[in-house]
Amino acid sequence: MSAAKNINISLQIWRQKNSKEKGKMETYKLNDVSTASSFLEMLDQLNEQLVNERKEPIAFDHDCREGICGMCSLYINGRAHGPDTGITTCQLHMRMFNDGDTIVIEPWRSAAFPVIKDLIVDRTAFDRIQQAGGFVSVNTSGNTIDANTIPVPKDDADKAFEAAACIGCGACVATCKNGSAMLFVGAKVSQYALLPQGKVEATNRVLNMVRQMDEEGFGNCTNTGACEVECPKGISLENIARMNREYLSASLK
Amino acid sequence: MKLDSKIPEGHISQKWTDYKDHLKLVAPNNRPKIDIIVVGTGLAGASAAASFAEMGYNVKAFCYQDSPRRAHSIAAQGGINAAKNYQNDGDSTFRLFYDTIKGGDYRAREANVHRLAEVSGNIIDQCVAQGVPFARDYGGMLDNRSFGGTQVQRTFYAAGQTGQQLLLGAYSSLSRQIGLGKIDMYNRHEMLELVKVDGKARGIIARNLITGEIERHSAHAVIIATGGYGNVYFLSTNAMGSNVTAGWKIHKQGALFANPCYVQIHPTCIPVHGTNQSKLTLMSESLRNSGRIWVPKKKEDAEAIRAGKMKPTQIAEEDRDYYLERKYPAFGNLVPRDVASRAAKEVCDAGHGIEANDTNEGVYLDFSTEIQSKGKQTAYAKGNHNPSQEEILSLGKKWLEEKYGNLFTMYQKITDENPYETPMKIYPAVHYTMGGVWVDYNLQSTIPGCFVAGEANFSDHGANRLGASALMQGLADGYFVLPYTVSDYLSGDIRTGKISTDLPEFVEAEKNVKDSINKFLSNNGTKTVDHFHKRLGLIMWNKVGMGRNEKGLQEAIGEIASLKEEFYKDVYVPGSSDELNPELEKALRVADFIELGQLMAIDALQRKESCGGHFREEYQDAEGETLRDDENFKFVGAWEYKGYDIKNEELHKEELKYEFIKIAARNYK
Ligand SMILES: Cc1cc2nc3c(=O)[nH]c(=O)nc-3n(C[C@H](O)[C@H](O)[C@H](O)COP(=O)(O)OP(=O)(O)OC[C@H]3O[C@@H](n4cnc5c(N)ncnc54)[C@H](O)[C@@H]3O)c2cc1C
Ligand code: SF4
Ligand code: FES
Repeated sequence: MSAAKNINISLQIWRQKNSKEKGKMETYKLNDVSTASSFLEMLDQLNEQLVNERKEPIAFDHDCREGICGMCSLYINGRAHGPDTGITTCQLHMRMFNDGDTIVIEPWRSAAFPVIKDLIVDRTAFDRIQQAGGFVSVNTSGNTIDANTIPVPKDDADKAFEAAACIGCGACVATCKNGSAMLFVGAKVSQYALLPQGKVEATNRVLNMVRQMDEEGFGNCTNTGACEVECPKGISLENIARMNREYLSASLK
Repeated sequence: MKLDSKIPEGHISQKWTDYKDHLKLVAPNNRPKIDIIVVGTGLAGASAAASFAEMGYNVKAFCYQDSPRRAHSIAAQGGINAAKNYQNDGDSTFRLFYDTIKGGDYRAREANVHRLAEVSGNIIDQCVAQGVPFARDYGGMLDNRSFGGTQVQRTFYAAGQTGQQLLLGAYSSLSRQIGLGKIDMYNRHEMLELVKVDGKARGIIARNLITGEIERHSAHAVIIATGGYGNVYFLSTNAMGSNVTAGWKIHKQGALFANPCYVQIHPTCIPVHGTNQSKLTLMSESLRNSGRIWVPKKKEDAEAIRAGKMKPTQIAEEDRDYYLERKYPAFGNLVPRDVASRAAKEVCDAGHGIEANDTNEGVYLDFSTEIQSKGKQTAYAKGNHNPSQEEILSLGKKWLEEKYGNLFTMYQKITDENPYETPMKIYPAVHYTMGGVWVDYNLQSTIPGCFVAGEANFSDHGANRLGASALMQGLADGYFVLPYTVSDYLSGDIRTGKISTDLPEFVEAEKNVKDSINKFLSNNGTKTVDHFHKRLGLIMWNKVGMGRNEKGLQEAIGEIASLKEEFYKDVYVPGSSDELNPELEKALRVADFIELGQLMAIDALQRKESCGGHFREEYQDAEGETLRDDENFKFVGAWEYKGYDIKNEELHKEELKYEFIKIAARNYK
């Protein structure tokens, strides 16, 4: 257990006014950062300083600040969600850094995620993939059968849950040298493929989602596995394999 | 103004069924002629939008995040209640109804709560059909656990991520309708004004948060599902963007705001670490199933711990005060949240807090007993009847890891302490707001055509919300209530035709929004928005927090009024209006929080009783328990806006009638 202390750091941050203008790295100094602060609290502190100096604060995405909404992003020192594993940027803490460190902060880099401003990118491609088939076509009327009528083996339910734990943050895409979205799409396809409720539409689902994924300009998967390493929710490559199997059998139908 | 709750006649168990049978309908061929706006895509908004679209209406949905999947409902950890009685432990619709009314300290509406209990089972069926992966037992059946304030196991869950899975379920239904072209989804859009035409809600003004463009959107009905206002305290468990703006704007247009002082303070959050803190993190209440809460009996021990001279593990069993087990033997560590929170405040106020910060606020949530018993149990189950202490510990920790692994990891990441080895530190934090826009049985506000759902309305939880009931309410409102009641309202609109956004009402509303934005951007102030928000938060926490008294509340009302003046004079908002500008977004939200904060204090001052989350220090019994005054305060306090000075707001009372549940003192002993 380490007691909190204050450190001074230097920051190199990507600044870009909007999607049309070119961006560049800027350097900032920030003193008295408590190591008990989260990374985003450190950025709050920097922004407070910038606003007080009448400079424009840095735009970054965030909301829940507890690792579940998937809104925060940030490429920190060359890694998606920074130098810790199994977490999102909002869960990264300043105790991971030392006094005098220089920290480099960039937005997600991927053709399918264009920069909107500074560190904020557009991830709506994920929404469109889901809209293409990431659902079970059940009416919302409540006229469904009792939930326990169809038992689901615990192992299947657990696996489906693990796939469903994806928060749609896009770290997998950002970290992949091909900008592939296979881990995200694989997770979604797997969740439904593993549950009896999703089976009926399985063929169309995987074909439609993969088609949309390609249309959005994501790259191809070459099995480098970088996505799995940086995924904050431990989504496993197994899901990509399962998607490929689903896709293959759907294509043969 | 006369409040008409529109509660139907008849026996409680028949009200909703009979009522539904007589609501007016809109024929399928007429629905495409009608537009509905849904603001918010959390559980309440996403489920409503998906349902309306499926029925055939044209829907426009709005959220301020980059995707509807990120709404704050995503963060709910613990679970969702439903009276399914799968565990055969005596649960029923009536018992869920009863527990919820009692849990709410008899300040909720019977008819609404019963309806909620009635549809609860259906919610689970619906979600399972959508592919929500709830936890299952080895027989393939749904698993349940228990939550504070109940004696049955009726909580359905998906590990510590129930809200996420439920929201993703609703989001998938929403996505399906977007894909089919039935919903126009407006991400990164913030509603900043309601537009009324002839007294009816007919549209909204929204700001495109990327381009800054101010847009007009018209509809025949507007649904507000924008979540809670806990961020009025600055520090809370809510997402950073959670705000009251939509609710407050409609309040200013004539919707009454009910019970604003009812705030739930959740007992199991990680204590504050320092002044730069932006947000508090909840440790799921389900941990109270396995953890025992205590503080050192001796003040010297607490002092030694705070000074870092002693470790909690060094304190002997007999020197620990398991205060909840001591005071509330029947429910123990599973008493409702308000009771657990106040008890923690009490022991910390008495000097037994263990956190080494300037407040000394914190208590222990200890898993060592559970590690022992579960370790032993597992060893026995494996046929090892003579396990060593080491084996027990290792098996016990493994058991905990399976059950709560992600929560333990989260705790360790934040605090840098290992909860398997040393007890967690917890303290209460602002979590949920029971107050909200006043709605009738149809979930309609006092503005015709403007409906309010989920945490944004006031209706189902009374003065205190039991765990796992907010998710239930959000989905009940969206899937199973609004589709009926909004259709009834819209049956009068099948000949209205499209509503033009060129109407003078739209022009004026847009102008008002632009004016207030320009005012902020041209204000030559010196202080940041957060500066004011933090100051507001401190006033609220200290004087309108876990314990309130007349003097403090009066001070708060005055201090907030001055803060408001200072805010408008001295806030500095950088950037311009035609770009992505997070400081501007915050400024517009904080302006509304300030006014609401003042109303919360005013509401708390008039309520001269203690109930649920509202603890007036003057009204407690000899043992420090809440003292309700049913004779004088068995009402919903609904406030009407009367212009710039919030002190002029007028109180309207909706008497609460308890016909089917005998009102009694709440006792968890
Ligand atoms: C950490 C945490 C854990 C919880 N755990 C549980 C639990 O285990 N069980 C339980 O029952 N409850 C739990 N709750 C409570 C529950 O999650 C919430 O009450 C519930 O999800 C609220 O849902 P909602 O749909 O009303 O609002 P939200 O999910 O908050 O959604 C609000 C929506 O409104 C949008 N919005 C807001 N303002 C505007 C605006 N002006 N313009 C446009 N869009 C706007 C947002 O973008 C968002 O889409 C928990 C809450 C927290 C904070
Ligand atoms: S698969 Fe992992 S990295 Fe990719 S979006 Fe989902 S949670 Fe993020
Ligand atoms: S802000 Fe929600 S995951 Fe980081």
